[in-house]
Amino acid sequence: MGKQDTLRIDGRDVAIDAERNLLELVRKAGIELPTFCYHSDLSIYGACRLCLVDIEGRGIQSACSTPPEPGMRLRTNTGELREIRRTTLELLLANHDGSCPTCIKSADCKLQALARRMGVDKVRFKAPTRPAPLDESSPALVRDPNKCVLCGDCVRVCNEIQGVGAIDFAYRGSQAAVVPAFGKQLGDVECVNCGQCAAFCPTGALAPRSETAAIWQALDDPRKKVVAQIAPAVRVALGEAFDQPAASQTTGRIVAALKAIGFDAVYDTSFTADLTVIEEGTEFLQRKVNGGILPQFTSCCPAWVKYAEQYYPDLLPNLSTCKSPQQMFGSLARQVLPRILDTAPEDLVVVSIMPCTAKKYEAQRSEFSQDGRRDVDAVMTTQELARMIQEAGLDFSSLEPESLDMPFGFHTGAGVIFGNSGGVSEAVLRFAVEKITGKPAGQVDFHEVRGEGGLREASLTVDGTEVRIAIVHGLANAKLVADQVRAGTAPYDLIEVMTCPGGCISGAGQPVAHNGHTRQDRARSLYEADKSLPLHRSQDNPFIDRCYQEHLGAVGGTVAHRLLHTHYHGRKRLESEALPLSEGNGDGKIQVKVCAGTACFLRGSQKLLHALLGYVEEHSLQNMVDVRANFCSEQCAAGPTVIIGDKVLQHCTLERVRDVLDAELANHQ
Amino acid sequence: MQMTHVEPRTRSDQFEAVCAIIERHGRQPAKLIPILQAVQDEYTYLPEEVLNFVATALAIPPARVFGVATFYTYFALEPKGKYVVRLCDGTACHVKDSIPILEALRSRLNLSEEHKTTPDMLFTVETVACLGACGLAPVVMVNGEVHSLMTPEKAESLIEDLKQAEAAAVAGEEG
Amino acid sequence: MMTHIDATVSMNPVQAEPVSGRRVIVCSGTGCKANGAEEVHAAFVREIGAAALETAVEFGRESADGGASVTGSGCQGLCSQAPLVTILPDEILYMRVAPEDVPEIVATTLAEGRVLDRLLYQRPDTGETCRGAAQIPFLNRQTHVVLRDVGRLDPDNLDEYLKTGGYAAARRAYTEMMPEQICAEISRSGLRGRGGGGFPTGRKWETARLQAGAKKYVICNADEGDPGAFMNCSVMEGNPHSVLEGLMIAARAIGADESYIYIRAEYPLAVRRMQQAIDDATAAGFLGRNIFGAGIDLHCELKEGAGAFVCGEETAMIASIEGQRGMPRPKPPFPAQSGLWGKPTIINNVETLAQVVGIIRAGADHFRQVGTPDAPGTKTFALTGHVANTGLIEVPFGTTLREIVYDIGGGVTGADGRIDPDGFKAVQIGGPSGGCLTAEHLDLPMDYDALRSVGAMVGSGGLVVMNRSTCMVSVARFFMDFTQRESCGKCVLCREGTKQMLVLLDDILEGRADEDTLPLLERVGSAVMKGSLCGLGKTAPNPVLSTLRYFRPEYEAHVYEKTCPAKRCPQLRVFSINAEKCRGCTLCAKKCPVDAISGEKKMAHRIDTSVCIKCSECQTVCKFDAVEVN
Ligand SMILES: Cc1cc2nc3c(=O)[nH]c(=O)nc-3n(C[C@H](O)[C@H](O)[C@H](O)COP(=O)(O)O)c2cc1C
Ligand code: SF4
Ligand code: SF4
Ligand code: SF4
Ligand code: SF4
Ligand code: SF4
Ligand code: SF4
Ligand code: SF4
Ligand code: SF4
Ligand code: FES
Ligand code: FES
Ligand code: FES
Ligand code: FES
Repeated sequence: MGKQDTLRIDGRDVAIDAERNLLELVRKAGIELPTFCYHSDLSIYGACRLCLVDIEGRGIQSACSTPPEPGMRLRTNTGELREIRRTTLELLLANHDGSCPTCIKSADCKLQALARRMGVDKVRFKAPTRPAPLDESSPALVRDPNKCVLCGDCVRVCNEIQGVGAIDFAYRGSQAAVVPAFGKQLGDVECVNCGQCAAFCPTGALAPRSETAAIWQALDDPRKKVVAQIAPAVRVALGEAFDQPAASQTTGRIVAALKAIGFDAVYDTSFTADLTVIEEGTEFLQRKVNGGILPQFTSCCPAWVKYAEQYYPDLLPNLSTCKSPQQMFGSLARQVLPRILDTAPEDLVVVSIMPCTAKKYEAQRSEFSQDGRRDVDAVMTTQELARMIQEAGLDFSSLEPESLDMPFGFHTGAGVIFGNSGGVSEAVLRFAVEKITGKPAGQVDFHEVRGEGGLREASLTVDGTEVRIAIVHGLANAKLVADQVRAGTAPYDLIEVMTCPGGCISGAGQPVAHNGHTRQDRARSLYEADKSLPLHRSQDNPFIDRCYQEHLGAVGGTVAHRLLHTHYHGRKRLESEALPLSEGNGDGKIQVKVCAGTACFLRGSQKLLHALLGYVEEHSLQNMVDVRANFCSEQCAAGPTVIIGDKVLQHCTLERVRDVLDAELANHQ
Repeated sequence: MQMTHVEPRTRSDQFEAVCAIIERHGRQPAKLIPILQAVQDEYTYLPEEVLNFVATALAIPPARVFGVATFYTYFALEPKGKYVVRLCDGTACHVKDSIPILEALRSRLNLSEEHKTTPDMLFTVETVACLGACGLAPVVMVNGEVHSLMTPEKAESLIEDLKQAEAAAVAGEEG
Repeated sequence: MMTHIDATVSMNPVQAEPVSGRRVIVCSGTGCKANGAEEVHAAFVREIGAAALETAVEFGRESADGGASVTGSGCQGLCSQAPLVTILPDEILYMRVAPEDVPEIVATTLAEGRVLDRLLYQRPDTGETCRGAAQIPFLNRQTHVVLRDVGRLDPDNLDEYLKTGGYAAARRAYTEMMPEQICAEISRSGLRGRGGGGFPTGRKWETARLQAGAKKYVICNADEGDPGAFMNCSVMEGNPHSVLEGLMIAARAIGADESYIYIRAEYPLAVRRMQQAIDDATAAGFLGRNIFGAGIDLHCELKEGAGAFVCGEETAMIASIEGQRGMPRPKPPFPAQSGLWGKPTIINNVETLAQVVGIIRAGADHFRQVGTPDAPGTKTFALTGHVANTGLIEVPFGTTLREIVYDIGGGVTGADGRIDPDGFKAVQIGGPSGGCLTAEHLDLPMDYDALRSVGAMVGSGGLVVMNRSTCMVSVARFFMDFTQRESCGKCVLCREGTKQMLVLLDDILEGRADEDTLPLLERVGSAVMKGSLCGLGKTAPNPVLSTLRYFRPEYEAHVYEKTCPAKRCPQLRVFSINAEKCRGCTLCAKKCPVDAISGEKKMAHRIDTSVCIKCSECQTVCKFDAVEVN
C-alpha cells in the first residue's frame, strides 16, 4: 500500500480517506466549522458562506464545496475568517425576526447558537425588509418567512429526497424567498406534510405545527376521558430531549409522565401495528394467491399515500387498503373504549403521540371521521410531548416507569419495528411465512430487509413461493419504483414505502438530531426493543385474537373492513383558478370545465379541449358556453374528466361531451 | 420584442398557441425559459393558470416554474399597459441625468416604483439597463422604438402625444 | 510596451475585396436608427430612384422596400453624431443627416462628386472639418481588429463576409490543424478573455480539450449585461459571422459538437442578425454535419437571456441554459471540467471569439504586434459620459486613459455640453464590477493587471468619463443599486451585504450618516468582496471601495458636513433666503408645503432649515431669485 495522502489543516497533518470535501476533513480533524447549508444527504449548495477556509495559493473558499487535494494547506480560524463569519451572521440577524424567547426552535436553533458562538453581540445594520405574514395553512407545519436564512436545505430535501418540489426559491436579490408555487400557502399546494423540510431547517422558519393547546384544554376538562396512543418510534427518541443517552428506552417513563399530566389511559400504537400486520399480510397473501393486483404498496405512511394520490392515481389500486396503525387505533378506540373506560362516546378524546407531522394531516382526512367526529382528535409530535412534560415541570429522568394500559397496550416486537424502514416488511414476513408454510416459523429476524439504503431489495423463497420485496425510503426513491410499476417492469410483490429517511425514527416530529449517528442509534434501539419483548410475531399477540373475537369478526371480514380499511382517490396538487378559454365573462352561461391536470393531460384532454373549442366556435355557442381548463377534478384515475354544469363526466370523449352539452343547451332554453 | 399592432387574439387562440409552443419545444423542462418567453409574447405577461398548465405539461413542480418566472426581469406576472415605456438607467444614461426623466414620467402618469402600470392599462413605466444606444444618452424606448437625447420635457410630451392619439382613436371609434 | 498605430489599421493581411460601384451606407446601428436613420434611408431610396443613379443604398434588410438593392451596416462607432452616412469609394462621412439633406446630397455629392462641408464632422478642438474616417481623430486614433469590418460590410450577407476572407480560418482549423495545434497557437498568442476576467483563453481550451468524454460544449457569452456597454452588441450587429467563425474554431479546439450563443434579449437586432448568420452558415455547410468535409459536426443554437445580469457568470449561464434560475454554483469543478449537463464546457466572450479568427488566420505573432506582452492585442470599449465623442472604440492594450479621453474622446465636456479643459474628474471603468479612477491614473497604460492593481477592472469594457459636476458618492450608489438588484440572492454576503451597503450609502446621501457609517461600509464591503460565492458579489463593492479610496474627502463632506461638494444630492441642499434680494412678497411662504418659511409682508423672509424638506418649491416660485441653495 502506498503512502496515505494528507493535507494540512491549521498546521496539523490530516489523512485523506474517502472524504468528499474539505468540510468533512476539517470535522474529522475535530474542528467544528459552522454551516447552514451543508448536509451530507443533500447536494452541495455553497450559499451560507460560513464554512469558509483560507487555502494557501487559492484564497478564501467554502470548505463544503471544495474537494480535498493532497498537499493542500488550509487555515480555518484566521482573524479575517472570523471577521467575515461575524459579518455574515450580523447581516443575517439584521434581517431576522429575532423573537427567540417565543420561538419554537429556540432550544435547537443553529442561528441563535452560532451568533452566540461567534460572539456577535450587536447588530449594526438596519432591518431593510418588511415582515411577511405567517403561513399557518398547513395541517402539519407553520412557515415563518421572517426567520428564513435562505440556506435552501428545505428546498433541496423536498426536491432531492422527496421528489415533490412543493417549495422553491422565488424572486432574487434581497427579495429572494423560499415559497410554495405562486406564493400560495403551503396548505394549498402539493406538499405531502412529511415535515422533512422542517427537520432540516436550521432555524424556526419551518416548524411542526403544535396542537398542545387543544390537548391541554381537553385534559383540563373534567368530563373528558383523554387517552393516548404512543407510536413505536417515539420511545427511542424522547429521551434525547432530556439529555438521556440517545435512543434510551423510555416507554415506562412516558406512561408515567402522561398519567402525571392527566391522561386517563395510555396505549401503544404498536398494538394496532400488530393488527395492521394481520390485515395487510392477509390482504397481501390473498392478492398473491388469487392473482390480485400486485405489487402491493404499504399504506401506513400518510405522506406517501398523499403522494401516490397526487402523482400515481393509476396505481392507487396497488396500495393496501389498510388504514395506518394510527387510524386503526382511532376507529377501534371509538368502537371499544367508551365501554371499557365507562364514558360517553362524545367525551372520549383520542390523542396520538407520533414522530410524524404527516399524521397530523392524516387525522384530519375526511375518510377518518364518523358523523363529523374525527377518530383521532389530536396528534402531537415527540417534540411536543417533550415540551408538555417540561411545561408540567416533570423531571423526566427520575420518573418511576409505569405500564401501558390493556388491552391496547399489549404489543409484540413486530409492532415495534414498524418505526424502522424495513420494519413493516419484516413484520409482514414474520406473519406471511407462517401462513404460507402453515407452521410456526422459527425464524423471526429477516436481516435481508434491514439496512440503511434508500432503495433495497430482498427476495425470499418460502416453500417454493418466492416473495420479492422492495423497501424504499424517501419519496424520490418511491418515484423510481412507482415508475417501474407503472411501466410494468417492477419485479416485486410487496413494496414498503416510508417517506422519512430511515423510516419513522427520523420523522419530522422527533427531537432535533444533534449528531450524525442519531438515526442509527434509534434504529438499533428499536431492534433491541423487539429483542427484549417476549413475543415477536403479530399473530402471537393474544389481545389481537381477543379483539377479533370480541369486536372485529373474521380477519378481512366485513366489520374488519369497515373499521380497519379505507379507500383512496386522485387528489389535486394545487388550489388554482381554472383558465378561461372563451371570451366574455361566464355569468349565466353553461360552465364546461375540461381537466388539464397531469393524469387527464396524459390521457389526451388537450386534444379534447381543442376539439371542444372548435365545436363551440363552429356552432357559434360562444354566448352560451363558458369553457375553462381546470387543474384536476380529483377523478384522475378515470380521466379525462369534464364537468358540465354539475355533471362530472369520466373517461370523456368528444362525442360524450357534445351529447351532454347539447342536452344541457336544450334544457337551458 | 417589437410590438406591432395586431388583432386581439381570443383566449382559445392563445391557449392553442401555448400548446403549440410546448410541443415545439418537445415538452422538455430544459426549454422552460424559451417556452415562457414565447408564452409571454402571446399573453404579454404570464398568467398564473398558464404557468400551472406549463408546469403540468412539462411534468415539473409549479414552484420551480414560479421560481424561474420570478428570477428573470423579462418575465412579468402582471399584465402591462398598451404602451411600455422603458427608461434606460444604464451608466451612460444615468450620468446624463436619466433619473429626472423617470421622475417626470412617473409623476405625469401618477406611477411609482411599486405601481408601474396606469389603471386604464395604457402605460407601463419601467427602467432597463442599457439599450445599446449609450452614445445618445439618455434614452427612452416606447414599445421597441428608441427615443434618444431625452429630457424630462421631451418625455412628457411623448406621453402627451400618445394620450392624444389614443383619445383620437377612441373618438374615431365612437364617431 | 508597443505603441499603437496612428491610423485606422487593418490588422489582417487578407484585405477586403473592394466592392465595386458607388455605395451609400446608412448606418443602421441602434443609435442611428433611434435618430431617424430609417427616414434618411427612405429618402435616399426615393431620391436616387428619382435621379436614376446607379447607386446602391444600404440599410438593414428589415426596412427593405423593393426598388434599390438594399444591404446594411452595423454601428460605425460615432453614435453621438447619428445618423451617419458613408459614401464609398469617396470615403466621405456625413453626420447628423436629416431626410431634408438627402436631395442635396444626391444632387451634389452623388451626381457631381462635391462634398457638402456642412454635413462633415467638425473637430470640437480646432473647428476643422474632416472629410472621412481617416481625418477624424476619434476614428483614426483607434486600431480596429474586431471592428475592422463593422460598419462597412453587410452583416446579413454571407458573401460579403467571405469576400473579406471569412471562414478561411475555420476551414484551416477543421481541415489542416489538430486540436492541440489550435490550443497551442491560441496559447502562444497570449489571448486573454475579453469578457472581464482576462483568463488566458488557450489555457482554458487546453483544460477542456484534455477532458475525457465525447460530449463537450462551447458557449458564446453574448449576455453583455453591463449597463452602459454595447461593444458585443455592435460586433454581433455589424459582423455576426466573425463571432460564429470564432465559435467554430473553439469547438474544433476542444472537440465539441454542440454550441450555444447566449445572447441578451434586449438586443433584438443582434439577435436577429446572429440567427440569420447561423442559418446562412448552416445552409452553406459551415455548420451542421460534416463541416468542410472534415467529418466533424457542430450545431449551434441561440439562447435568448431573460434579463439577469448574473447570467453572464459562467455557472449561472449554464443553469439558465438548463432551464433553471440563473444562480451560480461554487467552483471547482470548473465548467471546463464539468459544465453544461455535467460535461466539459468552455464559455467565451463574443470579442474573444472574434479575436480568435484573426489569430488563426494570421498567426499568433501577428496578433502580438500590438498591445502589451501580458495583454497582447486590442480591446473594445464603450466610451460614454461627459466626453465630446461618445461611442464605440477599439484600442491596443497599453493605451492610456489620457489618449482615450482626450485624443479619441475629444476631451471632457462640462455641464453645458461644451469642452471644459479642466473638467475631468474621474473615469469609471469596468462597469458595476469596476472602479473609479482619477486624474492621477490618466497616464496609466491600461491592461488587466495594471487596472486591478489600482482597484478597477477591464471588465466588459464600459468606460464612463465624469466631469466636475458629478457626485462620486451617488455614482457609487448607482452601481451598488444595480448589483444589489441583480444579485441572485443565493449567498448571504452578497444578498444581504449589497443591500446593507446600499442602505448605508443612502444614509450618507440623505444626511443620516454618522461616524460609524464609513467604517461599517468598508467592513461590510470587504467581507462581501472576500466571501461571496461568485464574481458578482466578489466585485460588487469595487465601485464603493475605489471611490472611498480616491474620493474620501467627498464622502466625509457628506457624512460630517452634510454637504455635497458637487451640489448634486437633493437631500443635502440647504435652502436659504437672501435678505438683500427678498421683497417679502410672501409667495414662497404660501407655497411651502411644510410651513418652513416665515416673515412679515414686505420684510425679508426666513427658512427654518430644521423643518424644510428640500422640495425646492420656494425657489421655483420666487420671482426675485431670492432663494439660494448650497
Ligand atoms: C456577474 C458577472 C457578469 C458577467 N457578465 C459577462 C458578460 O456579460 N459577458 C461576458 O462575456 N462575460 C461576463 N462575465 C464573465 C464570464 O463569467 C466569463 O468569465 C467570460 O464569459 C469568459 O469568457 P472569456 O474568457 O472569453 O472572457 C461575467 C461575470 C460575472 C461574475
Ligand atoms: S429562528 Fe432561532 S434566532 Fe430566530 S427567533 Fe427562532 S430561535 Fe431565535
Ligand atoms: S437572561 Fe437576561 S435577557 Fe435573558 S431572560 Fe433573563 S434577564 Fe432577560
Ligand atoms: S413537508 Fe415534505 S413535501 Fe411538504 S414542503 Fe416539506 S419536504 Fe416538501
Ligand atoms: S426555511 Fe429553513 S431550511 Fe428553508 S431556506 Fe429557510 S432557513 Fe433554510
Ligand atoms: S415515514 Fe413515518 S414519520 Fe415519516 S411521514 Fe411516513 S409515517 Fe410519518
Ligand atoms: S455573489 Fe451574489 S450573485 Fe453571486 S451567487 Fe452570491 S448572491 Fe448570487
Ligand atoms: S424647499 Fe420646500 S420645504 Fe424647504 S422651505 Fe422651500 S418650499 Fe419649504
Ligand atoms: S418668494 Fe422670494 S421674494 Fe417673495 S418672500 Fe419668498 S423669498 Fe422673498
Ligand atoms: S456550508 Fe459551505 S457555504 Fe454553507
Ligand atoms: S388530473 Fe385529476 S381529474 Fe384530471
Ligand atoms: S446606458 Fe442607456 S443606452 Fe446604454
Ligand atoms: S449606431 Fe450608427 S454610429 Fe453607432
